Amino acid sequence: MSQYVLRRLLIAVPSLLGISLVLFIVLALAPGDPFSELATNPNVPPEVAAALRAKFGLDDPIYIRYLRWLAAMAQGDWGFSFVSRMNVDTLILQRLPATLYVIGSSQILALLIAIPVGVYAATRPYSVFDQIANTFAFIGFSLPTFFTGLLFILVFSVTLDWLPFVYSGDIKATGFRWFVEQIRQAIMPVMVLGLFQAASMTRFVRSAMLDVIRLDYVTTARAKGLGQAKVIVKHAMRNAMIPVVTLIALQMPAVFGGAIVTEQIFRIPGIGSLLISSILSNDTPVVMAVAFVFACLVVLFNLIADILYGWLDPRISFR
Amino acid sequence: MLDHELRTMIDEVKDGRMDRRRFVQRMLAVGLTAPMATQLLAIGGVAMAESPSPYKPTKRGGGGALKLLWWQGPTLLNPHFATGTKDQDGSRLFYEPLACWDPDGNMKLVLAAEIPSLQNGGLTADGMSVTWKLKPGVKWHDGKPFTADDVVFNWEYARDPATATVTIGVHRDITVEKVDDLTVRITFKKPTPFWADAFVGAPGAIIPKHLFADYKGAKSREAPNNLSPIGTGPYKFVEFKPGDLIRGEINPDYHMPNRPHFDTIEMKGGGDAVSAARAVIQTGEYDFGWNIQVEDDVLLRLEKGGKGKTVYAVGGDTEFLALNFTDPNTEVDGERSSMKTKHPLFSDPAVRKALSMLVDREAVKKVIYGRAGRVTSNFLNGPEKFVSKNTTWEFSIEKAAKLLDDAGWKVGADGIREKDGKKLKLLYQTAINGPRQKTQAIVKQACQKAGIDVELKSVVASVFFSSDVANPDTYAKFYADIEMFQIPMSQPDPAQHMRRYHSRNVATKENKWQGVNFPRWVNKEYDAAIDAAEAETDLVKRAALYIKANDIMISDVAFIPVMHRLKVEAASNTLRPVVSGWANETDNLFDWYREATG
Repeated sequence: MSQYVLRRLLIAVPSLLGISLVLFIVLALAPGDPFSELATNPNVPPEVAAALRAKFGLDDPIYIRYLRWLAAMAQGDWGFSFVSRMNVDTLILQRLPATLYVIGSSQILALLIAIPVGVYAATRPYSVFDQIANTFAFIGFSLPTFFTGLLFILVFSVTLDWLPFVYSGDIKATGFRWFVEQIRQAIMPVMVLGLFQAASMTRFVRSAMLDVIRLDYVTTARAKGLGQAKVIVKHAMRNAMIPVVTLIALQMPAVFGGAIVTEQIFRIPGIGSLLISSILSNDTPVVMAVAFVFACLVVLFNLIADILYGWLDPRISFR
Repeated sequence: MLDHELRTMIDEVKDGRMDRRRFVQRMLAVGLTAPMATQLLAIGGVAMAESPSPYKPTKRGGGGALKLLWWQGPTLLNPHFATGTKDQDGSRLFYEPLACWDPDGNMKLVLAAEIPSLQNGGLTADGMSVTWKLKPGVKWHDGKPFTADDVVFNWEYARDPATATVTIGVHRDITVEKVDDLTVRITFKKPTPFWADAFVGAPGAIIPKHLFADYKGAKSREAPNNLSPIGTGPYKFVEFKPGDLIRGEINPDYHMPNRPHFDTIEMKGGGDAVSAARAVIQTGEYDFGWNIQVEDDVLLRLEKGGKGKTVYAVGGDTEFLALNFTDPNTEVDGERSSMKTKHPLFSDPAVRKALSMLVDREAVKKVIYGRAGRVTSNFLNGPEKFVSKNTTWEFSIEKAAKLLDDAGWKVGADGIREKDGKKLKLLYQTAINGPRQKTQAIVKQACQKAGIDVELKSVVASVFFSSDVANPDTYAKFYADIEMFQIPMSQPDPAQHMRRYHSRNVATKENKWQGVNFPRWVNKEYDAAIDAAEAETDLVKRAALYIKANDIMISDVAFIPVMHRLKVEAASNTLRPVVSGWANETDNLFDWYREATG
């Protein structure tokens, strides 16, 4: 298996190269420049912006800039932010914990809701429970996160005054209070994101289960006299999980992207909001790096999905 | 009041025959406001008196935490690299200038011991130099003393092109020398009536020599203290996450008595203006919200029963329409809006005048800006002493129509006026921003009624305000007939602002559109007034010259002022922030405190 993983990782290299090349060209061709704010500032003579452009190599041809970026990246140098004059890796590492915490929690929440609800709904198709679950799922994924986010803020922060709606990247309390505060401020974003995810996943789990539950081997298992719970969990679910794993794994990077909106609403200092502000200020090295991280995530989660397939269904071998 | 009489009175104050208070009282009697009266003294050459501070607490600390919400968080903490005001705001939490500007546009001492004046020898009559005396006993946060060497170093650091600072423009034409450990002298190349440019206000904040001396020039980016400032300010640096968070704690050795009030300070970034207003005004999660560009009726609704309120500061920011004096639709030598062309429609002054009558400023105020705007007929709206009283404006579709009729612009079959085969069709562009698009709609409607066809265009702000030569949609290229925005007036002196529209600053292909006179308006009278003002050391005459320049702009309809915009901030009911329209929001932070009860 380790050989398989290695081979897959090696295949990933040219695709990442391709992705980085496309990203770089698109960013280089996009309008705007990182020193636009200088242009309207009467204190700043135009030569300064010109000097900065020259200093940061913005006036060089695209291919030279790309090769320079690639060479630096190969040595583990992610470059530095034009706007913050800070190393990009430091910047990303600062933002990563909040993103992982909020997105990780929301994914776990989504799974905790989606799998039991989806499975249970599939075992009793068209029952009252199934109907209700379906209705909620439809409502859930029809409502965009920026809407539910605002709704939550209005209800829980403004009207009820229960939860803070500005996420603080660093809470001054210690010990147990720190823990409580961390949870309190994450409740709303996690709910918003988790429920949205749970809604679409529930539908998916349900249909995957429905497909499997009607197969002959499940009927055989039942005929052998196995209990309902055992049949569902051991026999049906395991196989139904294959498409679900694909969905979740491939959705992971998209979730990072989808969280951009949520991060913006709740002021979560995550990489999503970093990406937005960097795009707005044309901070190319940061945009490049964050987008590249997303690309790596896609590759990584694809690999994880493939490995999980083998574990769920040994017939899918690593070759 | 007669100029002569006024001068006699100013002289009496100067000689000590009349005290300042009596002068101000007399001015109040003739209808001037107190700040205006003190301004008059200031421009009359009487030493600027520091206005009394509103600060009340009688001991240092004890104010708890101060939580600030900046919806665009600072991204770096070196005032010399601050590309936007947000970065200046962040740097200013820790670094300090020699002096700053109070809400009335008066100078307030920070690191300087006294305000330079003719009387104390700080200024010379020829306007060629200014001498600053530094406050003794000021220490950097690491305990090292603050001296004249630090000030001189900041000049050397900023003026070095290799350092690539944004403050180079202020520093490269001056010479700064150390007189003694606590005295520095700035020498100008030519008589400079506005001497308070370098080392004053948030962009003039001073960084320590002992930590930055090794990082002057090309190595400037590598200075470890770029990200962890060690300054002289009321708060000491604790933590910085670009764009997200700045934390500081009280500086127990701060050089001002009883200050600062708060024990810790936090500046949180990110989000948008509306939710920032909500977090301060409605829920009270934060104490202060910066730059609350939110429609007034939303703010009024939030204020009802809320925990905070909006705070306004008057500066000189003016939202205006600029008219293109060159032809954006004809290419000459590969250049549109070339100086070799004339605008086919605007070369008729009647069209420009009619257009000015079609901008309903009262409606724009009522519908869009509310308390955050003042109707104006001037381009230059502050400080008070530079504001013209000679101009007027009116909104009248009938009069505009008549003006156009008289000039021979007849309404065609399609309802659009034309003359000599040229139709009155205009392209009107601006940056994307709620209030701007609404203003566009109001102007367009009035124009249509008067028979002018207006096409609206809106460009993303990051493109519109960029200096990207390759982009055709920047404000400097001005490939449209009309464009609207505001150029922030960052100092309580109009020189820098008014100089922009001198004919030598025209933006052309040749200077890669780096010139700042983007309407490509050329007026010899204006140029002469600006040139004369810049060399004029008699401050009363100088103010008159700027007023004249403003009047030329208005009568020639080079610019159509739309709104004098105020700064809008949100503050909790108990917080007593001091915010100046002439300075950054954090510039007077040392005077902020919290009232024990609301």
